[in-house]
Amino acid sequence: MIEIDSITKVYGGTTVVDAVSMTIETGTITVIVGTSGSGKTTLLRMINRLVEPTSGSVRINGEATSDIAPHLLRRRIGYAIQGHGLFPHHSVGRNIAAVPRLLGWPKDKIAARVDELLALFGMEPGAFRDRFPAELSGGQQQRVGVARALASRPDLLLMDEPFGALDPIIRARAQADLREIHQKLGSTIVLVTHDMEEAIRLADRVGVMDGGKLVQHGPPEEIVARPANGFVAEMVGDAERPMRLLSLIPVRGLVEDGAAPGEPLRDDASLRDALSECLWTGRDAVPVTRDGAVIGRVTLNAIRTRVGRHA
Amino acid sequence: MPRGLSPPGLLFAALGLVALALPFATLRANRIVAGEGVFLWDAAGPGVVAVALAAMIAGLALGLQAARPWWRLGGSLLGLAGLVLVLSRGAGRLLEGAGDLARVSPAAGFWCLLLVLMMLMADALSTLRPGPRLRLVLLAAVLGALALVLTSGALSELSIMQEYRARAEGFRRAAIRHVALAFGSLGAAAAIGFPLGILCHRRARLRGAAIPVLSFLQTIPSLAMFGIMIPVLAWVAATVPGAAEIGIAGIGFAPAFLALLLYSLLPVVANTVAGLNATPPAAVEAARGMGMTDRQRLWGIELPLALPVMLAGLRIVLVQNIGLAVIAGLIGGGGFGTFVFQGLNQTASDLILLGALPTVVLALVSAIVMDILVDFARRTPKRESA
Amino acid sequence: MTAGAVLRAALSLLLVALVVWPQAFAPVFAPFAPEGGPVIYDRVSLLSLSLNHLMLVAAASSLATLVAVTLAIAVTRPAGAAFRPLSRTITNVGQTFPPVAVLALAVPVLGFGAGPTLVALFLYGLLPIFENAMTALSTLPPRTMEAARGMGMGRFQRLWQVELPLAAPVILAGIRLSVVIALGTATIGSTVAARTLGEVIIAGLLTNNTAFVLQGGLIVGLFAVLIYDALTLLERRIARRAGASRRG
Repeated sequence: MIEIDSITKVYGGTTVVDAVSMTIETGTITVIVGTSGSGKTTLLRMINRLVEPTSGSVRINGEATSDIAPHLLRRRIGYAIQGHGLFPHHSVGRNIAAVPRLLGWPKDKIAARVDELLALFGMEPGAFRDRFPAELSGGQQQRVGVARALASRPDLLLMDEPFGALDPIIRARAQADLREIHQKLGSTIVLVTHDMEEAIRLADRVGVMDGGKLVQHGPPEEIVARPANGFVAEMVGDAERPMRLLSLIPVRGLVEDGAAPGEPLRDDASLRDALSECLWTGRDAVPVTRDGAVIGRVTLNAIRTRVGRHA
Repeated sequence: MPRGLSPPGLLFAALGLVALALPFATLRANRIVAGEGVFLWDAAGPGVVAVALAAMIAGLALGLQAARPWWRLGGSLLGLAGLVLVLSRGAGRLLEGAGDLARVSPAAGFWCLLLVLMMLMADALSTLRPGPRLRLVLLAAVLGALALVLTSGALSELSIMQEYRARAEGFRRAAIRHVALAFGSLGAAAAIGFPLGILCHRRARLRGAAIPVLSFLQTIPSLAMFGIMIPVLAWVAATVPGAAEIGIAGIGFAPAFLALLLYSLLPVVANTVAGLNATPPAAVEAARGMGMTDRQRLWGIELPLALPVMLAGLRIVLVQNIGLAVIAGLIGGGGFGTFVFQGLNQTASDLILLGALPTVVLALVSAIVMDILVDFARRTPKRESA
Repeated sequence: MTAGAVLRAALSLLLVALVVWPQAFAPVFAPFAPEGGPVIYDRVSLLSLSLNHLMLVAAASSLATLVAVTLAIAVTRPAGAAFRPLSRTITNVGQTFPPVAVLALAVPVLGFGAGPTLVALFLYGLLPIFENAMTALSTLPPRTMEAARGMGMGRFQRLWQVELPLAAPVILAGIRLSVVIALGTATIGSTVAARTLGEVIIAGLLTNNTAFVLQGGLIVGLFAVLIYDALTLLERRIARRAGASRRG
């Protein structure tokens, strides 16, 4: 658990982060969203003390970060940034091994860990280990950057716009990979982005920052359904709110008995998928399957009613 | 223009043919007086001239091959061989019956042909773009050939070689002194300039103060700088206890060394700052974020990435210092400059050459070697494995 | 900025005083002169040496600029492309030739006096100007060039109205470098009997008269620093204009 307690950063009279408090549960993904200059990156960098707070404190599992030497603290926390920050003069393997080397792991353990991570990120170790960053595609570089951040099995992973430099298709793939890896490893992730879409897609909890203040902090459904103020509403995008909300709700909650014509959907698809299927094929209902067997249908009416609850 | 002919090759062939018609050597009654020009066809026996002429013309013709840079390179080497052949066979023949004090020197024709053939070689090499290893091999081969020609005695009848024999010991001392001045000041500049550059990179205020001062120093004409060092060091020798004992004096090695050092600092510091500034910011941020200490970041990330640019700074300094060390000859600092200025005083051109040519060769070889080192510094990370 | 302007004015005044009215500085240089020896160089007027020195540099540098820029324009046209790698190599190699060696090597061919100095200054001055001009003309912003072609400018119009104005700051930087080297090399020119300010320094070195060395060194140093500074200012002004016209 990470407890951030009224943390503040003042640069030459300007308050960049203003008394932000939040608690981050172990094993969750928290995404901090804000426009540029909102203080979101400064907040993130105060967690691993790349920026020293003016006041306030951060505790990780009860231990105040100010009690640990900054470089030792950072070795315990994974850190991945926009544009990956790979060392261009080191091979992929050596890049991933950077933190374990700093921690003085034995050589064979490091080598095994490098191969394990490459395999985890779908990169054949034999083919990629000895390549140099310049020889990789943008998506591969970004995956190596995340793998490097995870190398020493940190309990906490900080990510600063990690997908910012990727084009939309590769970015969607990288986001899906991150969710999958998070499920496998169960580490705590704090991610900063300016993209509300990304936040809603990835987060267990979303924090919205504006002008240095944390204006709302809660599960994505809550952010979309009940924006705390006009700024959050604008970030969510008023016109898109119903669609955003639907994308967060799986169809399994609205399944009712009955038959429907046409192609079925899996029960973990979102209501947004169901709605678009209905509209596109001109149906009023779509059949829903679980493990290949039809378990019922979801109707256009049910979706409309579900959205209406938040209006 | 017909296809397949290299335009520079055509230029070289034309220039080469003109140069063949210039006086190839000069024969003088003694080392000071003006001499008379000797043309290529009179410079050696008819057989030698025919062979050499054929080699040079064939070399220039090979230089026309636009699509075959290796042929062009071979052509330049063939031409150079012909040039050396005439010179080595011709000098002895010209001196026969010309008197004991008579001297033979290469003249305009020789120098122009040499220049044209060297340009042909440079043109071929700039098309071939050999890698650092191959360049090293080529350089070693050329230097080996040069050493072979010089030590074989084939050119011993030339006036410049006579000047050399008359002061072989002095030449050795001058060479050692020249190298000591150039490389010693380079080492001192690196020892001071690299740390200063690293500090300047980290502290903007220091950078704002240091760089203008160092560029100001760079602007001062060399003779003035060397001259001003004399009273400064004379004062140091007179006032600082122990300074005179370790050899610091107003003239000689110390002022020359200090002047060279002052000229060297700007390229070293500026390139160190530029190299460090060019390290990718994301990589530096990542290094900090993963918990590297300042020192680990500097040695593991920033310096290796800045190394090629830092070495390029050393290349500038080395070439510049080899040239400037000539001025040391004016203030009793020794080095090849001694011969240059003695030669100018005595109007003995071959003595001037004895000082100037080794300086040029030393500067060229150093530049080539440093370029090769810079290339290696750029490439090694590609080969090194985790 | 104002501190710089004051310093600039003060140094210029000092320089003028040193050249025009050297006797006034006798008390300053006296401690450095040998006992009973002359303090101020008076064999030739410092003013005439200075003018000679500057004329030599000006002549060599303007000739070098003219030739170097013309050559750079030639090799950056399609017809001259075959000479580009060669010219790059020659400038690289040529600049490893020490200026003093170029000067010394000119003597056997051209004899003593201002002639060999002028030739050496010219030849050596070509290289930095050519290098900068070639770099500037071959790395112009491609979109601007495309726009110039797209609006129907002819080759000469492009050269005069777009390429040269945009390349001007970088070319001028090359000229500045070249002029500074020429000032220094011209000083050494006095060893081959060219009448330059180096004469004062050499006279001091030959007679162990540190006062002469300092006097000559100071004047030459001030000329170099002030000329360098003036050219830097000019370059900045032109760069600003090139930048402004690029935006506008």
